[in-house]
Amino acid sequence: MAKKPILGLFETADNAADAGDALKSAGVAPTDFDFLTDAPYPEGAFGEREENHRLYIFPFVGALIGLTVGIMLTSMTQMAYPLVQGGKPILSMPPMAVVTYESTMLTAIVFTIIGIIFESRLPAFKEGLYDTRITEGYIGVLVNVDEEQLTSTQTLLTQAGAIDVVRKDGGSGA
Amino acid sequence: MQEGKPLQSKQINRELLLTILNSPKWFFTTVSVLGIIVMVAMGAAGYMINQGFGVTGLNRPVMWGFFITNFVFWIGISHAGVMLSAILRLSKAEWRRPATRAAEILTVFSLMTAMTMPLIHTGRPWRTVYWIYTLPFVPYDYARGIWPNVRTPLVWDPSAVYTYLTSSILFVVVALIPDFAVLRDRTTGMSHRIYGLLAMGWQGNARQWKLQIIAGVLLSALILPVFVSVHSIVSWDFGMAVSVKSWHSTVFAPYFVVGAVHSGVSAVAFVLILLRYVYGWQNYIRHEHIDALARLLVVVATGWFYFLVMEILFGFYGREADEIAVRDYQFMVSPWNIWMMIFVGVTYFLPVAIWLSRSARRNLWIMSLACISVNIGMWLERFLIIVPGLARKQLLTFDWYTYTPSAVEWIIVGGTFAMVTMLMLVIARVVPLIPLYDIKEGEILRTEIKIGRVTVPAVFRED
Repeated sequence: MAKKPILGLFETADNAADAGDALKSAGVAPTDFDFLTDAPYPEGAFGEREENHRLYIFPFVGALIGLTVGIMLTSMTQMAYPLVQGGKPILSMPPMAVVTYESTMLTAIVFTIIGIIFESRLPAFKEGLYDTRITEGYIGVLVNVDEEQLTSTQTLLTQAGAIDVVRKDGGSGA
Repeated sequence: MQEGKPLQSKQINRELLLTILNSPKWFFTTVSVLGIIVMVAMGAAGYMINQGFGVTGLNRPVMWGFFITNFVFWIGISHAGVMLSAILRLSKAEWRRPATRAAEILTVFSLMTAMTMPLIHTGRPWRTVYWIYTLPFVPYDYARGIWPNVRTPLVWDPSAVYTYLTSSILFVVVALIPDFAVLRDRTTGMSHRIYGLLAMGWQGNARQWKLQIIAGVLLSALILPVFVSVHSIVSWDFGMAVSVKSWHSTVFAPYFVVGAVHSGVSAVAFVLILLRYVYGWQNYIRHEHIDALARLLVVVATGWFYFLVMEILFGFYGREADEIAVRDYQFMVSPWNIWMMIFVGVTYFLPVAIWLSRSARRNLWIMSLACISVNIGMWLERFLIIVPGLARKQLLTFDWYTYTPSAVEWIIVGGTFAMVTMLMLVIARVVPLIPLYDIKEGEILRTEIKIGRVTVPAVFRED
């Protein structure tokens, strides 16, 4: 059965963390709830699951591609029009190193950006439930549960100190 | 140390989004006036391109003048932003929070402005498409398939600058995503749709924040080497020129990099003071931040002064006739010797004397004066490297001539200052110049600790 989202809004980090503990005790899988905030909290502040990522691979892949492109660009373009200048070799290493370095760094950075967006699971225009009060400082606890568990989850969030509980079907109330 | 009072999220949103959600009365007038200045400068550039270089003061042997001076100056300013942001992020300096965004955006606009200078300077800007390194497969001469010559610093330079520009823009945009989400939640209509698109569905979950924090550190670590390479390569435009003796200096790369940091950090301090004054951000840009920047500047300025002395000392010590002739020109011939004295005075002795005093560091008027003074000096520095070097004693020079900038050059250079100011004001209408989430994070981590009989403000810091 498809799961339905329900969002509890909390004023303090302590209450949100309590809600997380209560959800775990109620048997909700850690992958089924998330904490939404308007600023980064210290890792583990809500007792949330550890997030693994592979961001560090992206700059290395980018750097390798940039290095290859840089070497090809600097060598092949010079070979295409082999004009000797000032007795310097056609494939002179110092200038090739400069341009290759820049292309390596450029693609490493571009790939890092792609990695950040990809690993952040963005763009995510149609995902989950959201409330604009989160960017006013409220902490959202977003839970995905089976439809029949919505009411019990709402009660659980309210008991943990939620000032409001929002449901996708329009149901709301603390 | 934290000197400010605690702030709530709602208050932070309200105060820092003030520039976007409510336009001050002076905004359109100021932007219009600056826009007119920029258009006049563009008109002057168009006139120069149409009439030729004869309308400038450039002539043999001084073929680099105001435009290239201004190019190096703006590249220097651009070094504040990302360097300041990157180093402070990597070192987790608490006082970075209000400074990073404005510094990064200043980097982007000053780089863009800097690149207009060599384009105008070529006299035929349409022939410079090959400079755009992000389009590397565009040959220089389409018909004959001639490619840019990678053996010249004049090709390394755009490759470095465009790498830095692309990286800086991406750095700024990624850090803006959470703030776009705040704007998405506070706007309606078309603005809401645009900010929603830019926020890409950001929710602020733990994974997204974790990636955002790592992104700041990782991108800082990647951009720092690019930042060092950019002004090093700009210095090689001079250092690797065969004919101009006084430019043949191995110390040029670090000298230029430290000089860029000096002028750039001063510019950031001045921009922060302006933002505080114009938008009333006293709660965010506090005296402690400007004080910290000034203390950093004492070290940077002294490092720069050391390289300046080394550069001059090596010039004299080598006793090469051409080099001595240029130094003679710089130090003994009026008006160059007067400009030299002004340059050293306003770049080092005056501002450092100011920054040594705590009360002066915390007086925003005096700090503004010191920051402007540094930037006047750093502009003069580039001018005094370029023009006297070209004007005297070059190998194969058959013509000795000095340089007087024309009205066209003055207008174009003046236009670049108006352009950066205008772009900063316009961007302040679109994105928050102080990162909201960074300030909010600072508030979350703020605490107080009791030591003996005193309670002192403190900040919790994660490893």
